[in-house]
Amino acid sequence: MSIIRGRKLSYEYQRLDEEGNPESTIRAVDGVDLDVQEGDFVAILGHNGSGKSTLAKHINAILVPTEGTLYVDGKDTRDESQIWEIRQTAGMVFQNPDNQIIGTIVDEDVGFGPENMGMPSEAIWKRVEESLKAVGMWEYRAHSPNKLSGGQKQRVAIAGVVAMRPKCIVLDEPTAMLDPNGRKEVVRTVQELNRKEHVTVLLITHYMEEVIEADKVIVMDQGKVVMQGTPKEIFSHVEELKARRLDVPQATLVAYELQKKGLPLPDGILSMAELADELEKLRGQRG
Amino acid sequence: MLRDMTLGQYYPANSVIHRLDPRVKLAGTLVFIISLFAFRSAEAYVAATLALVAVIRISKVPPKFMMRGLKSIIMLLMITVVFNLFLIRGTVVVRIWKLTITKEGIETAVFMAIRLIYLIVGSSIMTLTTTPNNLTDGLEKALRPLNKIRVPVHDIAMMMSIALRFIPILMEETDKIMKAQMARGADFESGNLIQRAKNMVPLLVPLFISAFRRANDLAMAMEARGYRGGEGRTKMKPLVYAHRDRMAYLVMLAYLLVMFGANRIGFAARIFGLS
Repeated sequence: MSIIRGRKLSYEYQRLDEEGNPESTIRAVDGVDLDVQEGDFVAILGHNGSGKSTLAKHINAILVPTEGTLYVDGKDTRDESQIWEIRQTAGMVFQNPDNQIIGTIVDEDVGFGPENMGMPSEAIWKRVEESLKAVGMWEYRAHSPNKLSGGQKQRVAIAGVVAMRPKCIVLDEPTAMLDPNGRKEVVRTVQELNRKEHVTVLLITHYMEEVIEADKVIVMDQGKVVMQGTPKEIFSHVEELKARRLDVPQATLVAYELQKKGLPLPDGILSMAELADELEKLRGQRG
Repeated sequence: MLRDMTLGQYYPANSVIHRLDPRVKLAGTLVFIISLFAFRSAEAYVAATLALVAVIRISKVPPKFMMRGLKSIIMLLMITVVFNLFLIRGTVVVRIWKLTITKEGIETAVFMAIRLIYLIVGSSIMTLTTTPNNLTDGLEKALRPLNKIRVPVHDIAMMMSIALRFIPILMEETDKIMKAQMARGADFESGNLIQRAKNMVPLLVPLFISAFRRANDLAMAMEARGYRGGEGRTKMKPLVYAHRDRMAYLVMLAYLLVMFGANRIGFAARIFGLS
């Protein structure tokens, strides 16, 4: 069963002039059909302004579709009475780690979600411990978030969402403000959550390296879903990705250039190791 | 630079006072302040001094930290002393040109100075031994009855704790913007007061914009995590009175009784002309 199901989902922003009259409308998301299966790791790609963040905010019912429908775990996001259950089902992690940490101490911040759910104190503590351990931040529980690195802060933010035990986590460019090390930390944490806890993950990003291990990749451009498939399928279309102003992983690019020069490499090579293997095979055939 | 600033004036130490429930400390401070105003005899002040010294000792906070708070009121203190010294009429002790210092003047000046100092030291014991967060928690719970008359106690407490969380972040941001503007040739240090205030504009405008953007982001993040006000919300670290808190209330009661007694002795002594 698909946990997230969107049909003809559209969202329009109204731009107002100085008197507050609508000047023009911008269709940020345009007729998107979206299906995410439970337990999947789905990556959404797209350059700036492609509508991917707007789409993400729909899944947490922060935004409601102007047209079309979106069901999260069978609940309609337009139904106000179910909004809090939807937010509990689909947790959300944002881009700026500083602006989403509410507590002044790490454990207090992780406890914020369960506190809002009205859980008894002992149960909150249990969840805080579990989720901080799941993201590897348990030793930092008594620290002030201000003293942590960007990657650590983002892991605390993830723990804060995990503590609410969502079935699905939406991460809206969680690594955009981090250094390469922080990026790796966060992506590894998210992958582990997906594998060990079987949490459905929707990762929105424009870093290709974070996408190659996803189960499914969705490419967005100008509010529409333009490509969908496994990373292998998507990265077989290097030309199309380039036309949409998206990068491809380095190994894919090297393989693509070699292909153009006449080397019979297969399509959709994603990692350096894969590329090395294929090249080794080729040498074996020739030698 | 700005980043090294510690927030509030919390002094971490392992003492009974630190571990007390914030509500107890709030009540204690209130009792102390009221006692300073209600009981005015010298004997009562001796008792107050003893209590104050004892609490400082138990709190394990070095006295020099207590004195720090006094720096901010030094002007107020001087003005009070000078005015009381010269303006109160009575038996003249010293006469310098047109100014007279009276016996009553000296007495009142000393008394007022001691009272002011005790007020500041007394309340700084609370802020030195309680983390800001703990303090907001205590306030929220202590003021909960005000909810009945529609005072949004939870919201105010939440705002306070968010403000506390963002002070260091905004400080850091100020630092960054200042450096960025200085690199573009902005001058924050020279000129007269008006000039300097004007020069702050390129610092304040970006800071305000960024603060609003952060507020917007934070509000969204809080909603995404199911925040919908204080109703139906539970506490991860609920405040529960322990044995030591009950004892502290008893100590407070004892203190009030002693003060009352000391005051009586003072009055009696005066009436019978013993002092």
